[in-house]
Amino acid sequence: MTPDTSTPRQAGSPASSPSAGRWRLDPAGTASVGSRVLGLVTLVGIAAFLLVALVASPPDSGRDASINQMGEAVRIMYLHVPVAIVCFLAFFVTAASGAMYLWRKSEGWDLLAAASAEVGVVFTALTLATGSIWGRFAWGAWWVWDARLTTTALLLILFLGYLALRRAITDPVARAKRAAIAGLIGFADVPIVHYSVDWWRSLHQKATITRFNPTIDGLKLFALMFGMVVFLLVYAWLMVHRFRLQYVQARAEERGLDAAIAERRAEGSSGVASPLAGTGAAR
Amino acid sequence: MLHDALLVVGKDLRLEWRSRVTTNQVMPFAVLVLVLFAFALDPDRRILQEATPGLFWMAVLFSALLAIQRAFVLESHDGVRDALRLSGLDPAGIFLGKAAGIAVHLLAVELVLGVGVTLFYGAHVGGPLLLIVTCLAATAGLAAAGSLYGVLAAGLRLRETLLPLLLLPVVAPVLIAATQAFQAGFRQASGEGWRWFGLLAIFALIYTSIGIFAFDPLMEES
Repeated sequence: MTPDTSTPRQAGSPASSPSAGRWRLDPAGTASVGSRVLGLVTLVGIAAFLLVALVASPPDSGRDASINQMGEAVRIMYLHVPVAIVCFLAFFVTAASGAMYLWRKSEGWDLLAAASAEVGVVFTALTLATGSIWGRFAWGAWWVWDARLTTTALLLILFLGYLALRRAITDPVARAKRAAIAGLIGFADVPIVHYSVDWWRSLHQKATITRFNPTIDGLKLFALMFGMVVFLLVYAWLMVHRFRLQYVQARAEERGLDAAIAERRAEGSSGVASPLAGTGAAR
Repeated sequence: MLHDALLVVGKDLRLEWRSRVTTNQVMPFAVLVLVLFAFALDPDRRILQEATPGLFWMAVLFSALLAIQRAFVLESHDGVRDALRLSGLDPAGIFLGKAAGIAVHLLAVELVLGVGVTLFYGAHVGGPLLLIVTCLAATAGLAAAGSLYGVLAAGLRLRETLLPLLLLPVVAPVLIAATQAFQAGFRQASGEGWRWFGLLAIFALIYTSIGIFAFDPLMEES
């Protein structure tokens, strides 16, 4: 199997890259011209986002403050909300790709599900971390047994389990199938967890998170929306690379297997028929 | 499908009758967990009584892990998995059979635990009907989700450590709902409890239907 005939989606085509000078890309790498442009746009976006969120937007105090009166701590919401949305998006992509895999049985959907679960785990951890910091300021506690927090924490564990399951299976087809089903089961569980925790807590106390004030003013709203766009770009960029890496890894495994088979064949034809020689070479 | 399920559950129960693994190992383990909880918390009955529903269901969850491992280790030896596939049994029937087998084991464990909490923790039964239907619905949910994850982890080298990580977060709603329903059942004010029973029933329905559809692709792989 030659790697060049199976031109992957994200890789720059070999024909265009030699003239591109410093843009020349390794055909076995994970980047492409498109992904580099995306990466640059994302970097610029992050810088602009930090400027808007940390400097340009006003603190949540004074005359047009929200009911929460968050002061400077409001800024973490510009990070927290987009990251949380991307985390749920990532798990939706994992579940949907799993369903598509079960339907179409093509490798691409499985790789997409795996890449999205990996990126999703990172974003979920970020969501919990930023939410926890926000909670420290808003409620005076790092953790509250609120429905959304608890659901997010369980989601993180569910998908850590999903990734552990993937690592435990070596056969690619079996792995894809079992992972797809595990992803779907996990995803089906999220609303049930949310409702059960919601009911569970509402028996003891009122919901602690006051909804993010919808009458949020101009520059704050812009910071929030801009953050969403930027973190969607980050997600897309990470996905491109993780997807491509999974793809290259799968090809490397196949080639390793092919090479091992060819080696054994060469051994067989060279006339050394002793079984001892065979086991020696396999070690 | 139902006929196949009966065949599978009959086989599993016959195996249990001859090997007595649940009776001789899982049930004593469940009682041991109750005793250990008492050591961990307090010999003071007040705390134990308050925590009884939660401790009861934690003990059930731990026992369920053992029962599920056992149910699928049975199928992994000597190529039984292939034999099941070659037998021509409906995969949905195999799923229902395995789940029903696990459910019967769990119900037996719950009966023993029920006696245990009345004895050790001084639990007082207020609404027996609610307690019984809660047990039935929660067990159905645990068995269905457990069979799904049992077969997902079956045959893997790391299955012993993987199964708890995969299963426990998914059955967290069962723990919450069953605990709340039991609390209501012990208190005799069972109005709130029926809502939790509804959640348990929905959970059981969802995971039973996922299992019926998902067992086919899971069984056909090598």
